[in-house]
Amino acid sequence: MLQIPLWKRIVILALVLSGIAFAVPNLFYGRVEAHNDAIVAAERVGFETPEQAVARGGWPDFLPSGLVNLGLDLRGGAHLLAEVHVADVYKARMEALWPEARRALAGKRATIGAVRRAPAPDGELRIQIGTPAAMAEAVAAVRDLANPVVTLTGVGESDLDVTAEGDILIVRLSEAERAATDDRTIQQSLEIIRRRVDEVGTREPTIQRQGADRILIQVPGLGSAAELKALIGTTAKLTFHPVLGRSSEPDPAPGLGRVVYPSVDERGLFYTLDASPVVSGDELVDARPDFDQNGRPAVSFRFNPTGARKFGDYTAANIGQPFAIVLDGEVISAPVIQSHIPGGSGIITGSFTVEESTNLAVLLRAGALPAGMTFLEERTIGPELGADSIEAGRIASVVGLAAVVVFMILSYGLFGVFASVALMVNIAMIFGILSAIGGTLTLPGIAGIVLTIGMAVDANVLVFERIREELKTAKGPARAIGLGYERAMSAIVDANITTFLTAAILFFLGSGPVRGFAVTLMIGIVTSVFTAIWVTRLLVVVWYDRRRPKTITV
Amino acid sequence: MAFRLKLVPEKTSIDFFRWQWATFGVSALMVAASVVLVIVMGLNFGIDFKGGTTIRTESSQPLDVGAYRAALSPLDLGDVSITQVFDPTFGPDKQVAQIRIQAQQGAESLTPEAILAVEAALKGADPAVVFAAVESVGPKVSGELLQSAILAVLAAATGILIYIWMRFEWQFAVGAVAALVHDVVVTIGVFALFQLKFDLTIIAALLTILGYSINDTVVVFDRLRENLMKFKTTPLRDVMNLSVNETLSRTVMTSGTTLIALIALLVLGGDVIRGFVFAMTFGVVVGTWSSVFVAKNIVLWLGVKRDWSKPAETPFPGAEQP
Repeated sequence: MLQIPLWKRIVILALVLSGIAFAVPNLFYGRVEAHNDAIVAAERVGFETPEQAVARGGWPDFLPSGLVNLGLDLRGGAHLLAEVHVADVYKARMEALWPEARRALAGKRATIGAVRRAPAPDGELRIQIGTPAAMAEAVAAVRDLANPVVTLTGVGESDLDVTAEGDILIVRLSEAERAATDDRTIQQSLEIIRRRVDEVGTREPTIQRQGADRILIQVPGLGSAAELKALIGTTAKLTFHPVLGRSSEPDPAPGLGRVVYPSVDERGLFYTLDASPVVSGDELVDARPDFDQNGRPAVSFRFNPTGARKFGDYTAANIGQPFAIVLDGEVISAPVIQSHIPGGSGIITGSFTVEESTNLAVLLRAGALPAGMTFLEERTIGPELGADSIEAGRIASVVGLAAVVVFMILSYGLFGVFASVALMVNIAMIFGILSAIGGTLTLPGIAGIVLTIGMAVDANVLVFERIREELKTAKGPARAIGLGYERAMSAIVDANITTFLTAAILFFLGSGPVRGFAVTLMIGIVTSVFTAIWVTRLLVVVWYDRRRPKTITV
Repeated sequence: MAFRLKLVPEKTSIDFFRWQWATFGVSALMVAASVVLVIVMGLNFGIDFKGGTTIRTESSQPLDVGAYRAALSPLDLGDVSITQVFDPTFGPDKQVAQIRIQAQQGAESLTPEAILAVEAALKGADPAVVFAAVESVGPKVSGELLQSAILAVLAAATGILIYIWMRFEWQFAVGAVAALVHDVVVTIGVFALFQLKFDLTIIAALLTILGYSINDTVVVFDRLRENLMKFKTTPLRDVMNLSVNETLSRTVMTSGTTLIALIALLVLGGDVIRGFVFAMTFGVVVGTWSSVFVAKNIVLWLGVKRDWSKPAETPFPGAEQP
């Protein structure tokens, strides 16, 4: 009845030891973190500095080096939830479609009459045609511009939705294309945000898609959410336009193919520019902070070969003409072209500070965001607050643990000692598993561990109480112990499954710190059942085999 | 015989149903009072659910709430509340305040410029101030968070209902879920009564209370099921009393260890999670009460089938025995 086969003993022991092994690095958090950082830094650059070698030597390579990630509330840092304006892209698509559609319809002028663009809501293109009777032909012509949408389901849907209403032809993106476009927009945004955050080189940023059109960004160690916002909130769309005119008042009707942008430096100055840029930031290969010949901060850049050719051709043909450098709808500067610039590199001057020029260079290198963003949620947690919380949590856990151990030993004697050992193993295993799966410990997560300390003994209490009862009726202590474990099992299983159920729901519906809590609670339930049922049982059985007591007191 | 701390005597035969009307009445009254409190006083929703901005300031200088208020009033931010935070773990040179600014009209979250302006104004009032945490949540997200929080609590209760139904009988499931609703409602009521900040972490605490309370309830139900098979002819009421008495020692032990750990956290864990830990501590007490006095009363009234050797046929009543 009390036998535990050897293989089971080995498995239990192996699980316990590996749990402890994975937990140990957390006791030397600073040292292991320095070790891990040194390896990552050395890998990135390709060589190792002496300081990095020392940091790496601070923790032996053969030991597990996984650490529990500290959540933002414990480490401090910035958190942003951004909503991407996916509809921006629809608008841009329709803008780009108009010249194409005009060309296609112009070829059929004889049958469909004059073609004119009509006012339309964003994301729609409305075209008025001269001969409504020939609408069917116009629709067919525009439909020819459509491409099939490539989706996972592979249904060959068209990307354009072309309908007619009287003499107005309406073009929209189809449902399938919208979904595909949204997805692309978010993926691109994620990629660009990741590049921008990586450029500033902080540790383990979390950049995740959330829901259909949201992105969650968490950067530990960054001073404030405002800083993070300045870094990722800018679209950073850089374009170079020919200047057609400048005035102190915005031209209300600049005419077709022209745009009016304000100047950044001189308030009240507006430039009228050709709407189609000569070159854009997409063709940049490099940008770095620099200084102009007067020693003022500037950004120097280099184009890729196609960009360089366009830029070179344009500057050669327009010597003496002003040329506007536009960033996100504002003219940074409009220098006069002095000479042909053949190499494809140049410099942007403006009234920058060194910080601004550095930031702009980062943004230009990382590329422009495909769409604008609104920030729905932002949180900044100071590192001191996090450190205070860790300290408070640590003290509370130690005090709670000590009190529970004393209480258990007073109540159950030797069996209480077994339960306490199991409890320590349990806590080690929670940390071990959290480290191994790269889980995140949050402040509520610490509370989850403290709660587990209190609740983990429950399974043991159930078993011990049951053994006490069985001792009154059963024949001999061995049988009582066996029955105690056996009969307490259904209560333990039912009780823990229901708790696990709520933790799982918390995990799927919660976010941030709450999710961290759910993870620790779930791990805690699994490890506490394991330690309470198997570890204490092993301890009890080994003790019983050695001593063979005639009577036992639980 | 070695010394054993015994909170509960070896053998108890307390009649838990002697005052069943009084105990159940107290529970019913508490639930009703909580509902009234929530309706009348409302909950002190945190920015997670209401939107807005909170700033936690720390300073070595004595805190002057009036000066802070005066510094912020020219910024025209609408409803601003400033409260001093006290905690036994703070030293005399650590003065902490929590500033809460309502969600701004038309903006999803407070703009960086506005936050900078607020920080500059506070620096003017108290040069030693530092900003330990700044959090801003837009009304759009807060609405969704509230929705998903309610959904989470409902989903958890439904999941438990179904699980208990499968493992036991529908009467047990109804009793268990009634106890859970009781625990959640009364805890929310206390938050309304003391106007404690109600945010996302409190929802996590509520769900943990659900888990804890059901844990307690299930242990007694499990024993009840066992005893029902053993004592086929004893009146249901007596079997229930026996089951509660038999598991009483365990109930007190587990609640005791959990409370010890939680109280350590409540006192020493710092003010940031105090609300969260308070909800859990309170929930453990209420949860223990409800599994003894709410869940069982309801099962007693609904009755259960008595012959567990046969498949479920006659769901009730309980007093059908000869």
